[in-house]
Amino acid sequence: MDYNTKGEEKISGSEALLRSLLCEDVDLIFGYPGGAIMPVYDALYDYQDKLHHVLTRHEQGAVHAAQGYARVTGKVGVCFATSGPGATNTVTGIADAMIDSTPLVVITGQVASPLLGTDAFQEIDVIGITQPITKWNLLVKKAADIPAAIAKAFYIASSGRPGPVVIDITKDAQFELTSFNYKKETLVRSYTPVPMTKPETIVEAAEIINNAKKPMALVGQGVILGEAESELKTFLDKTGIPAAWTLLGLSAMPSDYELNVGMLGMHGNYGPNVKTNECDVIIAIGMRFDDRVTGDATKYANNAKVIHLEIDPAEVNKIIKADVAVMGSVKDTLPQLTKVVKPTTHTNWLAEFKKCDDLEIEKVIDAEVFPKQGGMNMGEVVNKISEAFDHDAVVVTDVGQHQMMASRYFKFKQSKSIVTSGGLGTMGFGLPAALGAKLGVPEREVCVFIGDGGFQMTIQELGTIFQTKAAVKIVILNNNFLGMVRQWQELFFDRRYASTELCNPDFQMITKGFGIESELVTERKDLDAAVERMAKSKESFLLEVRVEKEGNVFPMVPSGSSVSDIRLE
Amino acid sequence: MQQEFTITIFSENHVGLLNQVTTAFTRRSINIESLNTSESSLEGIHKFTIVVFTTREQIDKLKTQIEKKIDVLKVFVFTTDEIIHQEMALYKVPTEALLSGNEIEDIVRKYGARIMEITPEYTVIEKTGHKAETQELFVRLDKYKVLQFVRSGRIAITKLRTELLEEYLLKLRAENKIRGIETF
Repeated sequence: MDYNTKGEEKISGSEALLRSLLCEDVDLIFGYPGGAIMPVYDALYDYQDKLHHVLTRHEQGAVHAAQGYARVTGKVGVCFATSGPGATNTVTGIADAMIDSTPLVVITGQVASPLLGTDAFQEIDVIGITQPITKWNLLVKKAADIPAAIAKAFYIASSGRPGPVVIDITKDAQFELTSFNYKKETLVRSYTPVPMTKPETIVEAAEIINNAKKPMALVGQGVILGEAESELKTFLDKTGIPAAWTLLGLSAMPSDYELNVGMLGMHGNYGPNVKTNECDVIIAIGMRFDDRVTGDATKYANNAKVIHLEIDPAEVNKIIKADVAVMGSVKDTLPQLTKVVKPTTHTNWLAEFKKCDDLEIEKVIDAEVFPKQGGMNMGEVVNKISEAFDHDAVVVTDVGQHQMMASRYFKFKQSKSIVTSGGLGTMGFGLPAALGAKLGVPEREVCVFIGDGGFQMTIQELGTIFQTKAAVKIVILNNNFLGMVRQWQELFFDRRYASTELCNPDFQMITKGFGIESELVTERKDLDAAVERMAKSKESFLLEVRVEKEGNVFPMVPSGSSVSDIRLE
Repeated sequence: MQQEFTITIFSENHVGLLNQVTTAFTRRSINIESLNTSESSLEGIHKFTIVVFTTREQIDKLKTQIEKKIDVLKVFVFTTDEIIHQEMALYKVPTEALLSGNEIEDIVRKYGARIMEITPEYTVIEKTGHKAETQELFVRLDKYKVLQFVRSGRIAITKLRTELLEEYLLKLRAENKIRGIETF
């Protein structure tokens, strides 16, 4: 549709903003109105049929919801917030999106341009505050500059390694009249979204891979963001290389794929962690060697040559030195590599991972997932829910023990099935992110796992879930503790449980108050039926499970240790 | 090993760019010893010259993180032997103190300094040179109690024939052609 103005026709800056969003194929906005963005909301009144606005209960919720939406759809998430406190409330979500490479465009209202810098009511230096946590940001003071700013924002947010962009628009610019002629951005001189691939790096990488005896592939979110899942599979099928995924790389391949050897990192699987220090070649595919993956980086993969397939030059050699850095989008570089590698199998090497799996099953998984006595375990609950959804749902998590249990024990069939706060580790992320995810893919089941601590950080978004009627399945794994912190206190701080025990409200009454169906399970015998009811429900449903108070997540690579010092108990 | 590096940053010229650049230093807790911004020889492109003491490893990582900023075109890192560099210093001293003996002539000759202004109350002297040289003159003049003193940020030029950025822009243009994008 053509939104451009004709002849002498003029529209307000606010309307120009909304038309710009329509030109970028936006149909959903998460936000919260306020003084400095009121002209935009006023204009929105006339565009409600095309631009659906979800009123969250807090601006942090709006950003997390937009993140959830972006992660499951691959599209840019869009938020509105007002100036001052509205803008500062978005900061946590923006920082989260930055470190987890999530494409967002956050529009904040700003005081009128003559008032800038005067400590006006609800004035804050949004550009200054968000500068270190955005991929790009811009203050717009003229209506005529709005379309180009939005075009550039979408281009930057979604291209190359994605990230959040903040556009701060003064109130006078929202009122001012302008003509409108939208052009999508395709080039920013000082910005190279995808670096060129040097052909010799493909040759060098292939030679290393062809001579590898014990290679391992590390699959990161870059594969999902680059939509290179089938390119990854073709590469792995041909080379027979065992592949482990990072937390954000979960679901890039099916859980039951024969070359999938599980999750890396602090609470990942035993095999891929231990074998990191045995393998002779590491092929890092769209991942950034986060410290939760590497443990002590000086003792990480010291016997291995490292091939790093990466889109962001700043990630190469940042933590782990690459012997060969293959720059570019993995969607392009993986097929180039597949073409020149020799078909191989690594049967014996793969069998070594299997041995590790058997050990992990014996020492950890059996007791966690199939306990014979005692209280209910988080892993047990996650496994039952995964089965109830036939291992095919979008899994959203908050942050803590339940997050690790969900990523360890939920099984995946298709990509873009995990929404979790990896880099920033934001408690309170889960509930609003699940709302955004469900609105992004209404045809899929969306199930969020949250602890009793994180739930209370953004609990108000139950109101948004109720209002939007988004059929989100909410699982509260309630142990009356800030469980992950308590686990560290138990293991590393001599069991001194400082401020980690929670005296919780009645979540059932709260959920009922928000008009959402809910159920509490306190005994194992009631779990199966309750899980079944939740999975079958056509509406939003909260299942609270009282789990073992002092359960621990194992395996565990203690902070600062080498990955091969992973503890099974 | 910590050593002195001179970084030149080529960027667009927008409001807030200095903040974009300096947050990269703040994150890694690297102190900026001196900073100068000016236009470059290429129209519309701004140039920062920044001096820091840090390690080679840190500076290499810092470079890529600054280049990651959308409005930054390119960053070049130089060790001191790879550049010609200058700083300028201005000194204000009481005029009467200089009137005895051959002091003024001596300063001008020995230090290659220039007298900018003489009034009955004060004299303003200017000297360009490396930091050690301008500092040496400061010590000499401070005998007479320097009233005001200021030293500029470092400016530097490479020992190469042309601006490295021009080569980079040519490369970028060629790459964009391969990508099918017509560049500026």
